[in-house]
Amino acid sequence: MDFWTLANALATGLLTGLVYGLSALGLSVIFGVIRIVNFAHGEIMVIGMFFALVLFRGFGIDPLLSVPLAAAVLFVFGYFLQSTVISRVAHLPDHMQFLLLAAIAVMIVNGSLLIFGPDPQSINISYSFDSFEFGELLIDKTRAYAAIAAIVVGVILLAFFKYSRTGKAIRACADNYLGAQVVGLRVNHLYALTFGIGSACLGAAGCILLLLVEVHPYLAPGYTLLAFVIVIIGGLGSMTGALVGGVLIGVSEALAAIVLQPSMKSAFSFGLLILVLLLRPQGLLGKSVK
Amino acid sequence: MMGFLGADLSGRGRTALALVLLILVSLPYWSSSYILSVATITLYLAIVGQSWNLMLGFAGLLSIGHALFVGVSAYTAAYLFSAFGLPPVVGIVPAVVLAILVGMFIGYLGFRFSIGGVYFALLTIAFAELVRISVDHMGFIGGTEGLFLQVSESDRHGFDLINLRGHPFMFYYLAMALTFITLAGCRYLLKSKLGYYWQAIRDDQDAAQALGINVFKYKMYAVVYSSGIAGVAGVFYAFYQNSLFPESVFGIERSIEITLGPIVGGVGSLFGPVLGAFILTPLGEGLTELIDFLKDTEIIDPKLKLNGLKLLIWGLVVSMIVLFKPTGIWPWLNDKLGFSRKEGE
Repeated sequence: MDFWTLANALATGLLTGLVYGLSALGLSVIFGVIRIVNFAHGEIMVIGMFFALVLFRGFGIDPLLSVPLAAAVLFVFGYFLQSTVISRVAHLPDHMQFLLLAAIAVMIVNGSLLIFGPDPQSINISYSFDSFEFGELLIDKTRAYAAIAAIVVGVILLAFFKYSRTGKAIRACADNYLGAQVVGLRVNHLYALTFGIGSACLGAAGCILLLLVEVHPYLAPGYTLLAFVIVIIGGLGSMTGALVGGVLIGVSEALAAIVLQPSMKSAFSFGLLILVLLLRPQGLLGKSVK
Repeated sequence: MMGFLGADLSGRGRTALALVLLILVSLPYWSSSYILSVATITLYLAIVGQSWNLMLGFAGLLSIGHALFVGVSAYTAAYLFSAFGLPPVVGIVPAVVLAILVGMFIGYLGFRFSIGGVYFALLTIAFAELVRISVDHMGFIGGTEGLFLQVSESDRHGFDLINLRGHPFMFYYLAMALTFITLAGCRYLLKSKLGYYWQAIRDDQDAAQALGINVFKYKMYAVVYSSGIAGVAGVFYAFYQNSLFPESVFGIERSIEITLGPIVGGVGSLFGPVLGAFILTPLGEGLTELIDFLKDTEIIDPKLKLNGLKLLIWGLVVSMIVLFKPTGIWPWLNDKLGFSRKEGE
């Protein structure tokens, strides 16, 4: 394997990993605050992908431009999902919450199957086959734009949680539920807001991902698992951890694909996950919780 | 055995149990072969569901990778049979031992580092996925092409319990016997000292530890029994289906399917997982039949592609149960109809 093969694989992995990271951020935000493992994660993201597909097919809108719209629509979806359905199972044990979200996931997969059918669908945009060239390093334009968009959305999200009053209030709920209630925060509203923001993040990630992969209903469960792997490696609940984990998985998948076989790449990720769970269960950037 | 299972039941409960038993025993003689196959799969799911319930409902350990134990055992027994002609009655020993070893390995790793709750659940998924992808690449057991067991026409009319080749009746009665053995075994465990240790750990691990219960050891026992039962069911599954594919054996959908019966029926109860299996499997099959019927009679357009409709409705039913009957159907039904003996009766 020569230098340029390796460099190309690394670059592809890094850029794809950033999009993975953005998607995982959506899972991490929700778990970090509401303490719910969103088993419908990949499914919500696939809604975002279909949304961008429809806008592209119907109106010729570039998926990157549909990001704000998809984010807004899925924000509303997430807000109402949390405030009307998921909040009702907050007091139930883990396995009931898991089952409810798994059932929601099944409904989303099969709903989209009814509407869009089982065949993979892709889009063709003007710059689909263009690439930036640096010596022998070839970077697809779609991948580069996707990564930039992922970084922009990620930074907006991090800034929101760090600086805005609402962002701070949400973090207060995550740190101390009782304390947040005592100082008069509307916890239920903030939880719904969080689920909305997590879903909006997935909507954005879905639009961006449509540049890189074909969309079909059965895509979702794979991405749910992938996001689990990423957030556990990065640290469940840690937002920078999700981005770092995403890049790590993106790069290691790309390397596994050239060193081993392409179909073995997810085995590699799961192996990495088991190692992290054993050696550092709180994840690379997670805080130790006991 | 029936008296043993009925020990906690009221007179009315025993009558119901006897009635259910009568229906189950006579079922092959009055139902169609289709209903018989649905009933066989239902019984199989009841066994695996009970095995999963043993871990979560008895000892508080959430596994979402339970298909792993079923699959490891199914593949082992099927491979030993197809490659070396080892009859499953012997092959079940290495198959179940291997399933238990896999369970012990995951349990050891998880409990050593005190990985609990959601993290343990994700550890089980990770292992199931890892094995699924690895089996995809194992040529000697068929890889993605699948592993097949030979069935001849004469096999379908026989009654060969040693090689597990025979008439659908044989598989049905075998599944029924296994279900009742599992139920009786789980009842015995639940009422034993071990069962009370499990429940103590489930309800409050720290308190249990403070009272001197070796938490690590008894959690390991739970995994051993659970993966062992799943392993037995796996051998049955392999020889009933005669074809194994990594995706359809180890896939996460399979693991989720296993958890559904017990959750809907009632986690932690003895009869809940069985009841859950008997509600969900016929519900799924019934929906398929109903959609076909509506298409045949042209009440709905026969050309309409309704691939996802069945699972969509099914997801809706499961969500309704979670939202409105979160403790499961069995405790509620039991309360309404008074199947269990009251305290002091």
